[in-house]
This record gives sequence, structure tokens and C-alpha cells, in this order.
Amino acid sequence: MAKDKLKQFIVSRFMLGQSPNSLDDSISLVNAGIIDSTGIMELVGFLEEEFQVRMDDTELVPENLDSINNIMTYLQNKGMAGGQPFA
Amino acid sequence: MMKGAAMLVDDFLAHSATLRPEKTACVCDGKRLTYGEVNDEANRLAHALLDSGLQRGDRVAIFLPNGSEAVVSVFGVLRAGGAFVMVNPSTKQEKLAYVLNDCGATKMISAGRPAPDAPGGAFAAQCAPVKDGMAAAGPTFDLGPGLREYPAVAPPRRCIDIDLAAIIYTSGSTGRPKGVAVSHLNMISAANSVVEYLENVQDDVILNVLPMSFGYGLYQVLMAAKVGGTVVLEQSFAFPYRVVQHIEEEGVTGVPGVPTVFAILLQLRDLKPDSFDSVRYVTNAGAALPPAHVPRLQQLFRKAGIYSMYGITECKRVSYLPPDQLAVRPASVGRGMPNQDVAVVDASGNPVAPGEVGELVVRGSHVMMGYWNQPELTGQVLRPGRYPWERVLYTGDLFTVDAEGYLYFVSRKDDIIKSRGEKVSPCEVELAIYELPDVQEAAVIGVPDAVLGEAVKAVVVPAEGAELTEADILRQCARRLENFAVPSVVEFRTSLPRTSSGKISRSALRAEHERKEG
Repeated sequence: MAKDKLKQFIVSRFMLGQSPNSLDDSISLVNAGIIDSTGIMELVGFLEEEFQVRMDDTELVPENLDSINNIMTYLQNKGMAGGQPFA
Repeated sequence: MMKGAAMLVDDFLAHSATLRPEKTACVCDGKRLTYGEVNDEANRLAHALLDSGLQRGDRVAIFLPNGSEAVVSVFGVLRAGGAFVMVNPSTKQEKLAYVLNDCGATKMISAGRPAPDAPGGAFAAQCAPVKDGMAAAGPTFDLGPGLREYPAVAPPRRCIDIDLAAIIYTSGSTGRPKGVAVSHLNMISAANSVVEYLENVQDDVILNVLPMSFGYGLYQVLMAAKVGGTVVLEQSFAFPYRVVQHIEEEGVTGVPGVPTVFAILLQLRDLKPDSFDSVRYVTNAGAALPPAHVPRLQQLFRKAGIYSMYGITECKRVSYLPPDQLAVRPASVGRGMPNQDVAVVDASGNPVAPGEVGELVVRGSHVMMGYWNQPELTGQVLRPGRYPWERVLYTGDLFTVDAEGYLYFVSRKDDIIKSRGEKVSPCEVELAIYELPDVQEAAVIGVPDAVLGEAVKAVVVPAEGAELTEADILRQCARRLENFAVPSVVEFRTSLPRTSSGKISRSALRAEHERKEG
């Protein structure tokens, strides 16, 4: 599932081997110190490759990237999250 | 009372508040404060600090992210006759305790942790007593509304310009950070010189994405206050497009950065060609710009002069390359800034011939007073100068100079790593790694990286039979070190190369890395 892949990436790349369960979906990745400026660019690279989206610069804002929930909403709006419309 | 020249750093603020009280002093996260407001808040904070027992010269740690609270705190502490110590907000508990203890801070201003989902990381700054690096009993008060009862007029002036104004911590080669002690005079002198060559004026709107714990970030605030300009503070550069929006909305005229900031800007793909047309100057310091980035940066900031600069915390800034020289000598960090002497000298202290390598030595009123609590180390870098009573700064950086006096950085005399423009002590990272019982040996080096300048690489020998993973090393480092010091690369080996005297050889590791990565 898209969300699992995303959490797997963030945890393995930025949370240094912690369990994916320890990552709250609503937490601000930047305020919590999980991702910094170079990390965001890595995250964008991952999203583009894994989910075949192209992120415009104007989309590189906290509303789209600063939590698991925000990223999932963004991907769903782009129709790229393998969404579950009736879930 | 404000008539003549600024004698104390907080006079910068007082002058601007007298001349232009309604002018915007700082903008952060949509919050705007005028010079009048910053000055009033700083005065109230000063009274509160004095009320809670602050003595002349007492150190107050400021453990805050960039924001108006940090700006008010800097000036409030100075106004009370204290000295401020900015601590990077990503500093971990153990190092924070070390710094507080080393500088003997009696108070710390810090943020109540924001709720992780709070918009803009809203928090209330509070001031609490500390002793021996730990929280202590005594009165605690909130900044902002908590200070309303105090008068907005300045308390009586207590300091003179040779008094301690700040201690700025910087990574040392021994693994423990060293406190660079600077007087009001040191800071005013450095700010005057920089403002002079950047030709800053009150219409300037300076972007500050650099942490105020970093001298380069702190001085953006001081320089703006000196000329009565506006500083646009960013808490992070994580969302570069948001910062680009702020540049456009605020009409930013000055963009100081380190190579990592510019490398990220160059990765953006959809910028409008006129996004940065308000920018009149761009400055780079912390590490050299990759030559390939220079023309692309000039395209991006098409109306701006690009200043390549060099400095160390011990004297703030040494040199700048005028923008018109960037194409002529792109590898140079320029010539000495105004009101200072520089020389490149051999082992006996005599100037070297053009093209020969020597150590850079700096003379001027911006040179620090010394390292806090470290007379021996101070004696090694501040040595006799032209007159019997003066001391000049031996930077520990090797340079060459050309026939026209332009300086070229060669290398450091120690193994300090420059990542994201910040200094990382390999010793400090190694000490953190050695705390893991499964580590037999560790060595940390800097390796070239397109975005970071240098990436921190850890080479680790696990103890026999131990199962150690990259995640173990990184988790440990993240517990102990600031984000910028956590390694990006971890390699495991069964042994490490040694020098003839048996010490682990970081230079052999660097050479191996270069051979492998080409």
C-alpha cells in the first residue's frame, strides 16, 4: 500500500531504524526534527520515482509534504496513491 | 539619548527605533515587528532579567529557533548588561548541558515545545534560571505578554564597548565545542566592515535562512538593525518554495547563504525568471561555491551581485570577492574587508611570496577576545602582533595569495569537516560512536558531496562478534549530535589505516575514498 511504502521510506531513511509504528501520521516531519531541507528534496525524489508524480516547485509546501497525512492527501489528489475511494 | 555612533551592539537597535520606529524590523511566519516594538520588548525583557538578578556580564543562553523571540532576546540580554549565548535549536541535551555549564549561564531563554502540528510551530518563549548546566530553582517568566508589567524604557546603561557581548560556540578539533568570546567592540567592528562592503542601506530586506546560533546568521540580524533594514527570518529551509514566495512577497534585496542553500535553489525547476529580481546581492560563506554552480546562480539571481566570502567565527569575516571579480578569479575568496589587515605567513610568521602556501593571519578590532575558559588554546591562536600590546589571530587555515592580494583557500590545518556550511568536529562524532559498546574503533572524515559541500562519513570497526548496523550508528549519532553532524555515510571494516606513530589516519581514509569514488 502506498502509505506503507511511504512510511517505510521515511523511517528507514530519516528515523534510523525505528519502527514504522512510531511515526504518527499527523506529526509535522519538519517540526519534529525528522526531515530537514536536504531531506525534503530526497523525499520529493522518492515520491516522483515511486509514485510517478512530477512535483512542481509550487507544490513543495508544508501542506503537501509536512506529514504522512498531508503527503497521502497530495498523492490522492494526484490520483497516484492507488486510492480507496470507498474506504 | 541616541545621538552619536553605536558604542554597544544594542545601540544599533536603539538608533533605528529612534529614527524609524514604524519601520518593520523583522518578519517571521507572518508575524511582523517594527523597530519600536522590538526596542520596547527588548527593554521590557531587560528589566525582567535585571529584576530576576542578572548582573553585568552574566551569560544568558538563548535556545530558540529563528524568530522575533530570538531577536528580542539578543537585544534584551545586551540591554540588561548581560552577554548572550545562542544555542542551535537542534542541539541535544548532553551538549546543551555542556555549553550551559561551560559558559556558566545563569539563565536560559527557550521555547515551550510546540505541539508537532501547531501552525508555524507556535510556542511561548520563557526564561528560566540555570546553574551548572542544569535547570535551577528560581523565578521563571514568559516573554511577550508575560512582560507587560515592565516599562518599555531602557534601564540604565551599565556596559562599555570592551565588555563581553556574546559567546559563540563553534566546533573544535578536540571534540568539545569552544566558546568564542566577543566584545561589543568586536561585533560592532565586524558589522561595520561587512555593511560597508555590501553597501547595506535602510531599504535592504535581508533574508535569513541561517540559524542565529551560526555567526553568519546572527550578523544578518545585527546588520539589519544597524542600517534600519528589515530581516526576514526563516526557521528552516525545508520548504524552499515557501522561502522563494517570501523573497517575492517581501521584496528581499539580500540573500546570504551557504552552498547547500544555493544547491537546493538550483534544484527547483519551475521558478519564474523574475522570481529573484528584487535581489541586489547574494553572499556565500561557510564553504566555497562549486565552480559549476556560479554561472547558474548568476542566471537565477540575474540582477544581483554575487559575493564569495570567507570568515571564521573567531573574527566573524575576513575577506570578500567583489562581484565583478567572480568571473576573473572564481576560485578566490577575495581580499581583506575594510578596517583590517590580513597576511599569509610561513612558519616563522613572515609573509610568503605570491603562490606559496602559508597560514592566514588576521589583525583588527573584530578579532575575538579569546576562547572562553581556555587560556592555553587562546594563546595558541592569538599571538603577538605588530605592537607589544596587541594580539593577532592565527586562523589555522592555509591559503595562497596572488600578486594582486587576492586570497585562495587551500585547506585547514586540522580535520574539521564543513557540511552545509557548518563546522563538524570529527572527534565529536567519533566520541558519540565510541559510546556504543559494540564499536571497537571509529574514524570520521568529510567526503565531497554535491549538495552538502562535504558529507560526514563514519568508518567503523565493530567489536569481535558484534552485530552492528548502519541504523545503530545513525541512531546513536542522532541522539547526541545536531542534525548537520549526523553521518550521511557509514562504512564497516575490519581495521583502520594508521600513521607511523600508530594513530588512526583520517587522511589515509580520505585518500582511499577519493581513489574509490574518483
